[in-house]
Amino acid sequence: MKFLSQLISGISLGSIYALIALGYTMVYGIAKMLNFAHGDVIMVGAFVVYTACVKGGMNPALGVLIAIAFCTVLGVVIERLAYKPLRQAASLAVLITAIGVSYFLQNMALLIFGSDTKQFSSVVSLKPITLAGGSLTISGEIVTTIIVSVVIMIALTLFVNKTKPGKAMRAVSEDKGAAQLMGINVNGMISLTFAIGSALAAIAGALMCSTYPALSPYAGAMPGIKAFVAAVFGGIGSIPGAMVGGVLLGVIENLSKGYISSQLSDAIVFGVLIIVLLVKPTGIMGKKINEKV
Amino acid sequence: MSLLEVKNLGIVFGGLHAVEDFNLTLEKGELYGLIGPNGAGKTTVFNLLTGVYKPTTGTFFLDGKELKGKKPAEINKAGIARTFQNIRLFSNLSVLDNVKLGLHNGMKYSTFEGIVRLPRYFSTERKMNERAHALLKVFELDDDVDTLASNLPYGKQRKLEIARAMATEPKLLLLDEPAAGMNPNETKELMQTIRFVRDNFDLTVLLIEHDMSLVSGICENITVLNFGTELAKGPTAEVLKNPEVIKAYLGD
Amino acid sequence: MAKKVNSPLEKKKSGVRSVTKKNFVTYLIVIVFYAVFQTLTATGHLKNAYQSLLVPICYSVVMAVSLNLVVGVLGELSLGHAGFMCVGAYCGAFFSVITKDVLMTDWLRFVLAMLIGAAVAALAGVIIGIPVLRLKGDYLAIVTLAFGEIIKTVVNVLYIGKDASGFHIAMSTKNLDMAEDGLLILNGPQGITGTPKSSNFTIGFILVMLTLLIVTNLMDSRTGRAIMSIRDNRIAAESIGIDVTKYKLMAFVIAAAIAGCAGVLYAHNLNALTANTNNFGYNMSIMILVYVVLGGLGSVRGSVIAATILYALPELFRGVGQYRMLLYAIVLIVMMIVNNGAFFVQMKEKALYNIRSGKKNNAKEAA
Repeated sequence: MKFLSQLISGISLGSIYALIALGYTMVYGIAKMLNFAHGDVIMVGAFVVYTACVKGGMNPALGVLIAIAFCTVLGVVIERLAYKPLRQAASLAVLITAIGVSYFLQNMALLIFGSDTKQFSSVVSLKPITLAGGSLTISGEIVTTIIVSVVIMIALTLFVNKTKPGKAMRAVSEDKGAAQLMGINVNGMISLTFAIGSALAAIAGALMCSTYPALSPYAGAMPGIKAFVAAVFGGIGSIPGAMVGGVLLGVIENLSKGYISSQLSDAIVFGVLIIVLLVKPTGIMGKKINEKV
Repeated sequence: MSLLEVKNLGIVFGGLHAVEDFNLTLEKGELYGLIGPNGAGKTTVFNLLTGVYKPTTGTFFLDGKELKGKKPAEINKAGIARTFQNIRLFSNLSVLDNVKLGLHNGMKYSTFEGIVRLPRYFSTERKMNERAHALLKVFELDDDVDTLASNLPYGKQRKLEIARAMATEPKLLLLDEPAAGMNPNETKELMQTIRFVRDNFDLTVLLIEHDMSLVSGICENITVLNFGTELAKGPTAEVLKNPEVIKAYLGD
Repeated sequence: MAKKVNSPLEKKKSGVRSVTKKNFVTYLIVIVFYAVFQTLTATGHLKNAYQSLLVPICYSVVMAVSLNLVVGVLGELSLGHAGFMCVGAYCGAFFSVITKDVLMTDWLRFVLAMLIGAAVAALAGVIIGIPVLRLKGDYLAIVTLAFGEIIKTVVNVLYIGKDASGFHIAMSTKNLDMAEDGLLILNGPQGITGTPKSSNFTIGFILVMLTLLIVTNLMDSRTGRAIMSIRDNRIAAESIGIDVTKYKLMAFVIAAAIAGCAGVLYAHNLNALTANTNNFGYNMSIMILVYVVLGGLGSVRGSVIAATILYALPELFRGVGQYRMLLYAIVLIVMMIVNNGAFFVQMKEKALYNIRSGKKNNAKEAA
């Protein structure tokens, strides 16, 4: 039973990673940049929920909606102000700018909320579910996280594959120039990608802090890095890859916490990533690109 | 013994026979042309001969030594040097440094000697500079030694690529469309330079070219490739009269 | 990020003589900096708070110059450089602690610690470099980040003690199985305490100078050219017989060894050595990367200046209190946009063009 419960909470953690990784991977696919500030958008989302619900006593659902709206706008604004002027610049310049944005968000939160860790109260009111005659209890947060993530992933897959803007988005990530010639609004698509990614980050932030209720200005950094690892794990740029990578990462992390060592779990996660990349250098679902000579 | 012997060389990319059953024998000092319509597999042959691709079938020998399956760097050390259709220079390095890189394996000192600046560093660097200058002079690039490779005009970039390849002291030089983008005058000059290096540097040259004036001007023999297979082979003038070849180029 | 980092190197790079001259200017800047601040310290004109910045500036410079060897000269993005600093710091500190009672001058002990730190970091560089350098671009970046995090995590769970029967290694104090009178050297997350405080500004300065000599001489040698050729065009480099794997590894390992030395300097500047996200984690690696990119890829002098200024900057912002890191972030973003943004680059080019054509016109008029 211990294994099953570890596995389920691993899937839940992994679903959160997957939601964040989706933002990473979509932005990478379309803008070819590593958005290092993405993890901090999660933190911002969680702080908005914290302010609205814990401080303001608002209905949790409403709080989450406000956080989604706030992060969506934030994502678009960040892209417009910081990344758009660098669209043609060397990728390393964009990476450093993203790091600057990450510092900015962290320190902004630090100024507003202080460095002490805040006690987050869950946005989920679902009662824990007891299975197998009481020997297995799954918390409401875990159930909600998994359900919400599955719904989002299905919706996102449908959006990207079936709708017109979704197809346009894929076209832009495939070939910006050709997409533009076909009359697709490239800037609009990039903004849309940042908007979706940031909205997912806000949801991930609310879910994450409900399950692990400690919130500080640096709370987004490590999950951000892990989600980045998950995205690479699955093959960066690939949407199903980010989902698979995220869930696998969460499961590996939780199982190694439960059965090997909680302090070493990060090392194990990174170790698995290294092994996967050595066997398959472009991740589980990544495309192999051959250099033309 | 022939310098280069290619036997039944072939490669398959996902079911497509990019090159099939390619045979070629080059004698020392020969100037040989490889022509054919776009997509015929000419550059693929170069990539096979320089180890960029591993052949699916067949093999090849340089001076009797089998080179199939060897890495590009090893093949260069064995004596095959090349240029690229889409010029590949070290664009952030000077013209001089580009050629000195060609001398990398010919003139050596250790990393330690380089860092600590032992006498061998200075003597070898001086020799490298002399040799590089001499080579650049052949290609009339001696006024541009300090220019960044990327700042050179197109024609000079092509020449620099040949000079760099020559610096590795190859036995066989593969030139991939050396005259592409050159005007008729430049092409004429280039023909003279190619002939000059062949005669003075004890070289065998295999070249891919679309410019028929260059091919018929300097190549003694040619092979025509079409859809990855050999269409015709022999003395240049004869092959170019071959109706099959004309059909491949001009269509029916 | 799909492409290799291609460096916008200095516009003009000419023959051997001017390279040497350029390097001498860099050495001179460092020497003058040392002389000025050493004099200020000796004459009591430098506040203690600023004095304590001098050694950190030295190891930041060493880290930046060595990372530049990987990112700017070799052209591969590494996000785990602090991991090598960590290896050097722990090995150097470990050595200094266990040889505390051995008769040896402090000076000799420190030099030996430095060599050991460099050697073990180089070894780590080989072990990590062999698999990592097979990967490309962002995948390489993420794996270096992963290795850096693994190193940081592992030193946090290691316990090493020493007693009459020798060394004991375990993953907790309980399992250490050490005699009562044994000495606990590496204490898990508490790290290593009691390292002699051997680092000072002069030693830091010497290390910076050695690093500069090694890296600049390397860049201006056969090996350095080979490394740069891989950055500029790997396929062409292979085609002229350059062993790409060998030179990639060489750049990576030399950079790791130098980072190890920076770690030893770091460890001997503190009483207690611990590993956390901010000193040896990806945060540190990224901060060093920021120095390298802002200083200019492939420019050693740029790395020296950027590391010095950017390390000191938050301290100089102290006057604005809590806002300093926020200001730092804004400065970073604005600098990147001004330096690389299409709009500003065009403006700069236009201005440069105007100046140049202006000069020409003036010259014509004068004639």
